[in-house]
Amino acid sequence: MRELHRFPGGVHPSEHKAESSSRPIHEAFIPRKLVVPVRQHIGQPAKPVVELGDRVLKGQMIAEADGYVSTAIHAPSSGIISEIGLAKVPHPSGLPDLCISIETDGKDEWIAHEGVDWRIMEAAALRGYVRDMGLAGLGGAVFPSSIKLDPAGGPAIHTLILNGGECEPWITCDDRLMQERAEEILEGARIMQHLLGAQTLLAGIEDNKQEAIAAMRTAAEKLGLDIDITSMPTLYPGGGGKQITKTLTGLDTPSGGRTTDVGVQVFNVGTAYALARAILHGEPLISRIVTVTGHVLRPQNFEVLIGTQMSELVMHAGDREAMTGIIMGGPMMGFDVPNLDAPVVKSTNCVLAKSEETFPPRPREMPCIRCTQCVSVCPAVLQPQELYWFARARNFGKAQEYHLFDCIECGCCSYVCPSHIPLVDYYRFAKSEIWAREKEKRSSDIARERHEFHLFRIEREKKEKAARLAAKAQTKKTEAPTLAPEEQDAKKKLIAEALARAQAKKASITPKNTDGLPEEKKTEIAEIEARRAKIREVAKQPVEPEKH
Amino acid sequence: MATSTHVLQKNSVSRVMLLVLACLIPGILTYAWQFGWGIVINLVWASILALSLEALALRLRNFPIKPFLSDGSAIVTAWLLALSLPPLAPWWLTLVGMIFAIGVAKHLYGGLGQNIFNPAMVGFAVLIISFPAQMTQWSAPLAIAGHHLGFVESLAVIFGGGLPDGVALDAIVSATPLDTVRTGLMQQHTLGEIHSYSHIFGSLGGVGNEWVAAAYLAGGLTLWALRIISWHVPVAFLLGIWLTAGFLHWGDAGRYAAPWFQIAAPSAMLGAFFIATDPVSGSTTPIGRLIFGLAAGFLTVIIRVFGGYPDGVAFSILLMNLCVPLIDAYTQPRVFGEPRK
Ligand code: SF4
Ligand code: SF4
Repeated sequence: MRELHRFPGGVHPSEHKAESSSRPIHEAFIPRKLVVPVRQHIGQPAKPVVELGDRVLKGQMIAEADGYVSTAIHAPSSGIISEIGLAKVPHPSGLPDLCISIETDGKDEWIAHEGVDWRIMEAAALRGYVRDMGLAGLGGAVFPSSIKLDPAGGPAIHTLILNGGECEPWITCDDRLMQERAEEILEGARIMQHLLGAQTLLAGIEDNKQEAIAAMRTAAEKLGLDIDITSMPTLYPGGGGKQITKTLTGLDTPSGGRTTDVGVQVFNVGTAYALARAILHGEPLISRIVTVTGHVLRPQNFEVLIGTQMSELVMHAGDREAMTGIIMGGPMMGFDVPNLDAPVVKSTNCVLAKSEETFPPRPREMPCIRCTQCVSVCPAVLQPQELYWFARARNFGKAQEYHLFDCIECGCCSYVCPSHIPLVDYYRFAKSEIWAREKEKRSSDIARERHEFHLFRIEREKKEKAARLAAKAQTKKTEAPTLAPEEQDAKKKLIAEALARAQAKKASITPKNTDGLPEEKKTEIAEIEARRAKIREVAKQPVEPEKH
Repeated sequence: MATSTHVLQKNSVSRVMLLVLACLIPGILTYAWQFGWGIVINLVWASILALSLEALALRLRNFPIKPFLSDGSAIVTAWLLALSLPPLAPWWLTLVGMIFAIGVAKHLYGGLGQNIFNPAMVGFAVLIISFPAQMTQWSAPLAIAGHHLGFVESLAVIFGGGLPDGVALDAIVSATPLDTVRTGLMQQHTLGEIHSYSHIFGSLGGVGNEWVAAAYLAGGLTLWALRIISWHVPVAFLLGIWLTAGFLHWGDAGRYAAPWFQIAAPSAMLGAFFIATDPVSGSTTPIGRLIFGLAAGFLTVIIRVFGGYPDGVAFSILLMNLCVPLIDAYTQPRVFGEPRK
């Protein structure tokens, strides 16, 4: 038995797993129309490589990875490209994004595909292949897998953890996947281990999933894979990267850092499965397991084509009267989907139908009474109540000083808060404001430079003018009032110089203010930007007023 | 659109406040059993005042009345103040105290969650400075009282109806043990002498009082078991009293009462578990709470022994309330993954 370590904080929300975990994974239907966003991962959106009217086959690449931090997008089924443009996507802001729509033909005709031999393939080529297969973390973070599988540059990875925590209530997609497809998960893990060069392979599964643990252990034995499959105590957010690392290895991820800083890489079991399908069978990431649960008649896990509308999926599971909305993800970290027609994307692990009864609206927000119940559950050991004050007061410097960016937005604090304060909203707001300010600062830096350059130019022109006048006076004195050839030359030179300056100026203006930022952050900024307006509204609402 | 958790633990400010009130009940019952009806009447009176003043303040500040009135915080303030006052305190004394507690300490500072000082203690401090005479007329423990006031008689005493015929004030009031010691010492008596001429002392503290203190302790431990309060403040506070009193007692046992005696005063237990633990006006970090408690305990004894007031709990807590921002700023715990300094 592995010695387990306790991460700080954590809560025990009611699990609600039984609703959907008892039925096997069902293949969902092929919808008539698939809407596939090109931005489903952290990083650069993929670049469309198809044209309107093209016929595409299932598994055909329709958008290619654009840059290092990116990954490809594929057609989930065969059909005709019917639209390339802005469409609804599942995002808290409700803003549309670039999507490629496919009118399916129902034939579900595959493109020719076969796996590769990962044992002989060069690592870099294999990673490129992974990127072209559209793989991204399916636990919810959707970070391109090819990058996470690249140990270069960072500290050596000694341990690979397969994350079967699935600590969010209601969600059971990883549970079912482990029960039904454990071997492929482990095949995937083996390839990951190979790419990372990790000596140790671990898997952590919360102890409310005994069947999954058993299935994984049986599969490991069958494959002869050296992996330590550990049953962890059920405690939210035990499936968080830093938390599972702590639980299984005892290592503390440094504040402000990642688990790779302590030599641990964490992959969700779903990602390992998808990787195995991609490498062993050549199947790109075009579908995923989605838990459809909550206020539906038949809560269940489905294998869903990316691009399937959520509303259709809910109907498929038996929609019920009085549904009040859909949460994408779990009740702790998920968000209300503004458009029920938004498509399932790579990060959609759960479609949770709400009703007034199961998810009553948040009660009235009361002032913080500094009870510190939030402190005692925070896995990052932050002072959520102080962060809340700083965020409200827009004292972002202080918020950063109090480690705002160590907040993993797990929501434990807002879950226990007796004052029902939507604390995480405030943290997201503060983070986005800080990013926005940094962005502004960068652009003002550029403006300042430009201004300085301007002053410099005026100064120089003054000097030149003085010199010219002096020269003129000189020539006047000595020669006829015609322009001397030297003088003409000087004039030409001045014009040429001015032109060059203008060009230089143009060049100095063009760089975008976000340049020089890591890709990941850039996208984050873009996404956050969209959310900002909304969240700002929330934060603006004073706790008190609202006259009766 | 809110993206914070879609589920909430069953928890609310009212629940927290109700549990605090519930944990005060053993103390109150013991109090009534040992000292008569006065405390019950005053608790009810203080609660009525608290709710009315709170409603008025909310109204003046344009706050919605219902959610804030029902949060229970005003009643907690009322009970803490009433339990700190002499049980037969005249009605107007409680009124003045509550005006300062709810009106000034709470609402002028911004209402629930914003007050720097513990409201009940502000009310208490104002009263003890302004009306020292009334504040020292403590009910005599029934065990040694010359007359046991009935419910109606108590009501009459509190609401200005005067004493029942033939009953002298001396028969129903007495100084508290702490006050007895203080005045005795001022008259150059030794502790031994004081103990021999006064009947107010029990085995640890005062007659009756020590039972009340024990009941507060029981309620306080329940509060801790329910995780409404952490252990830091009560333990540190009592330890602060103990160490300071012990040090003095060890230096001169004839002049300075034993640490047990200081701790067995109900005000110490009430302060330790119910007042110093007030989250709003207290420290929020573990080390900060230890500092807060230790210092408040220390100051309590110093004020009791060297100050001009019969008790020091209120002043010490108010003084420490003032230091909270500083304490908190310097005692931030290490966040997860932060290197040890
Ligand atoms: S749990 Fe809520 S009320 Fe309590 S300290 Fe934290 S933010 Fe304030
Ligand atoms: S959301 Fe952030 S502050 Fe709140 S408990 Fe989680 S990590 Fe701590």
